[in-house]
Amino acid sequence: MSFLEIRGVSKSFGQNTVVSDFSLDVAKGEFVSFLGPSGCGKTTMLRMIAGFETPSAGRIVIDGEDVTALAPNRRRIGMVFQAYALFPNLSVADNVAFGLKVAGRSKPQISARVEEMLTLIGLPHLGDRYPYQLSGGQQQRVALARALAPSPRVLLLDEPLSALDAKIRLSLREEIRALQRELGITTIFVTHDQEEALSMSDRIVVMSEGRIEQCDAPFAIYNRPRSRFVAGFVGTLSRVEGIVAPDRSVTVEGCPIILAEPPRAAAGTPLTLALRPEAMRLEPSADRINRLVAIVEDAHFLGSVVRLKLNVAGGTVLADTFNRPTTPPPARGAWVDLHFSPADVFALEADEATSSKTAEPA
Amino acid sequence: MKASRTGPAVIVLLGALYFVLPLVATFEFSLSMLRSIWSFEAYRVVFADPQFRTTFSFSVIAALATIVLGALLVVPTAYWVRLRFAKLRPLVEFITLLPLVIPPIVLVFGYIRLYNSSSWLPFTNSAGGTNLLLVFGYVVLSLPYMFRAVDTGMAAIDIRTLTEAAESLGAKRSTILFRVILPNVRAAVLSGAFLTFAIVIGEFVLASLLNRPAFGPYLALIGANRAYEPAALAMIAFAITWACMGLLQVFASGPPGRPRSGRSLFKLARRAAR
Amino acid sequence: MGAAIDAGTAGAAHNDTDAAPSRRPARSFAWLGLAPFFGFAILFLIGPTLYLVAGAFQDRNGAFTFDNILGLFTPQIMAAYAISIQVSLASAALGALIGFFLAHAIVHGRLPAWIRPTVVTFSGVASNFAGIPLAFAFLATLGRLGLVTLFLKEAAGVNIYALGFNLLSFWGLTITYLYFQIPLMVLIVTPALDGLKGEWREAASVLGATRWQYWRMVALPVLAPSILGCFLLLFANSFGAIATAYALTGSSLNIVPILLYAQIRGDVLYNPNLGYALAFGMIVITGCSNLLYLWLRSRAERWQR
Repeated sequence: MSFLEIRGVSKSFGQNTVVSDFSLDVAKGEFVSFLGPSGCGKTTMLRMIAGFETPSAGRIVIDGEDVTALAPNRRRIGMVFQAYALFPNLSVADNVAFGLKVAGRSKPQISARVEEMLTLIGLPHLGDRYPYQLSGGQQQRVALARALAPSPRVLLLDEPLSALDAKIRLSLREEIRALQRELGITTIFVTHDQEEALSMSDRIVVMSEGRIEQCDAPFAIYNRPRSRFVAGFVGTLSRVEGIVAPDRSVTVEGCPIILAEPPRAAAGTPLTLALRPEAMRLEPSADRINRLVAIVEDAHFLGSVVRLKLNVAGGTVLADTFNRPTTPPPARGAWVDLHFSPADVFALEADEATSSKTAEPA
Repeated sequence: MKASRTGPAVIVLLGALYFVLPLVATFEFSLSMLRSIWSFEAYRVVFADPQFRTTFSFSVIAALATIVLGALLVVPTAYWVRLRFAKLRPLVEFITLLPLVIPPIVLVFGYIRLYNSSSWLPFTNSAGGTNLLLVFGYVVLSLPYMFRAVDTGMAAIDIRTLTEAAESLGAKRSTILFRVILPNVRAAVLSGAFLTFAIVIGEFVLASLLNRPAFGPYLALIGANRAYEPAALAMIAFAITWACMGLLQVFASGPPGRPRSGRSLFKLARRAAR
Repeated sequence: MGAAIDAGTAGAAHNDTDAAPSRRPARSFAWLGLAPFFGFAILFLIGPTLYLVAGAFQDRNGAFTFDNILGLFTPQIMAAYAISIQVSLASAALGALIGFFLAHAIVHGRLPAWIRPTVVTFSGVASNFAGIPLAFAFLATLGRLGLVTLFLKEAAGVNIYALGFNLLSFWGLTITYLYFQIPLMVLIVTPALDGLKGEWREAASVLGATRWQYWRMVALPVLAPSILGCFLLLFANSFGAIATAYALTGSSLNIVPILLYAQIRGDVLYNPNLGYALAFGMIVITGCSNLLYLWLRSRAERWQR
């Protein structure tokens, strides 16, 4: 039996259904991210696990205990908020001690645990400071320590890094993951940033409009997206238009493109193909049997990566190639050949090609 | 987390009762002058009273004088402080808040002692002089609100740029003040004006101790001698206050960029006639 | 006083331009611009106050003395101060308590949306209903022939005057003062309650706290400066008020402002300089209250960063 079970949970506010039929099993110690655009229901789902919202239908079970109707202060979970939510009138040490004080632990127990937590987050000497004296990153670490101090069963994080600068975000990301591994605590992490989700999670739940689109390991989410939405939301996709040929290849501007999975549509129907930038190469090779002709619109030299913006059959395709000291990037307006293998291209159904992410450089 | 709503509802209901009942009672009382029927007799008596008219017009004129004088004093001051004397701002603000600390009765006591017939500025020697002193006192009372309103209004417009633009077009400072700045803070001045009006109309202590025929002492006199007319007068006073506050809201929330002068004035707005 | 420091306009760091020789004429003209204000303030605000303060320490011949201050410690005057302080404490404490619960009800009570703006607007107006008309209104409500008095007598058989209640008394005055004290508290505390972030409540809840624990350990400490500060404001407000008391209780309730009024009118204390001392005492009390209020406000604002 899994540690955290969510069964058929739905939530509606009046006529508005925010989460529908959400089911998930989370193993003990697993790090799962809820990923999706704003309004997809990920935060609402998290708040239902925390107990701030009651599901309209379904059950939530933590470690065998049905907590669906249980008040938040009895669920023994930890939560970290986007806006840190540190108590301004309490020092750092008192903030971290809060959950323990409420639980009635003894003073020596509390101070020992507080010290332990402060050392864990790398701020052992800031116990007497007040939140307004700390930077954003420090405050969030204290918030983490506060949430973990009472040894909760599940850790919930609601976009904890969104309010921080990019640099702090990166370092804190790693810290959180390292901490989570060390403590082995079951964690749910809500974010709209796919890079965060991809780099930190054991599994990602991609959500859209209240539903689970796909729940898989990051590698699978990225490379084997099971719906147009996931394909468009996670990673960058370039799109080209083609027509299905009788031999199940797809003709794009006269070039035959072979797909690893032959398209299901009938011959003659238009089809949109999706291409990942990192799969494109300017040189041919044995497995890269597909070829497209393109004009270079722009070449961004980013150091180790050269990002090309190409015009293919009227559409834009992005290609990320590695820097080669011997080969300078192509000039604007130059004609190039794009080579990629059948495994790197897949079909999008024609009417859902208008997905959220377009092929623009990040 | 599901706090019940009955507690708050009960509190608001009781609060509403406490605040509305006196208004209802006053109104009912004011209609009860003639036995067993409701009539506006009390109001008729009040309006027919020549003393009502003289004292009320005296206070209205005093209020208008206070507003004009107050604006003339405050607008240039706020302007200069903003433009050139930012270091003096704390001092000026402190001064404008003093009237909220020093009770008016203390203030008027000081006036009587300092400006009586044996002093170097014998205001109280003549009716005209005392009237002037009264208006000065009212300006002091209204200073916190007036300054706050105008200052907030000026904060919303970039007076530095306006000044420089006008200067580059050749205008003198006084021209700038009257023809460029003043029109732009008109709404702020108006909101301060309405509050000032409400304060001065019902003001009692200054008028009473300086022996001027103002509305406040008239109210006290009627209250001491009559039964039903005070209620009518109270309703009239409430109506005027409501009107002033309402007009203040209109002018405070009117033009964009000045959304706060009304709000913060409301917060100051209870020190009126205590 | 302090509510005015709302916009937090601190003295700006930039200095005013040191005049280069060519600009000196403009600078002296600018000083002229501020002269009326300072002149007015000195003549009609600071001057009279200082004159009184000085007079409090002078005897009839102008020599320095503490006699006037000591003269305050007679039974009659001490009684006046005692009553003033009691009325002010009572109306401030009750005003703060009731105002707090009312503000909490409209902010966190999950009531229909129109209630909050209505209560706040009404508070803005009600806080101006002070003075003589307020006394009249309460006479019409709780006086011997007041609406509520008669209603209770006829409908409920309860004669509150027979039971010892009298509007023209300590409690009557306090209840009347509440009419502008409660709205003031509501106006000041409502934004402070808004400042209580919802996430604090949720964070406390997740950490295991009950509602009461959250209020005791987080919310009330955070609100304390605002609440205490407003209490002091209400105290000073009530202490200096005279018009309502004059119209309601006249000289039957001898609060300090009424005593001072009588002294100014007719030297009832047979010592003009005692008037100065009385006024000085008033200034000290209201001044200290307001200073404390300002200090508490700055502490409260520190946490809002």
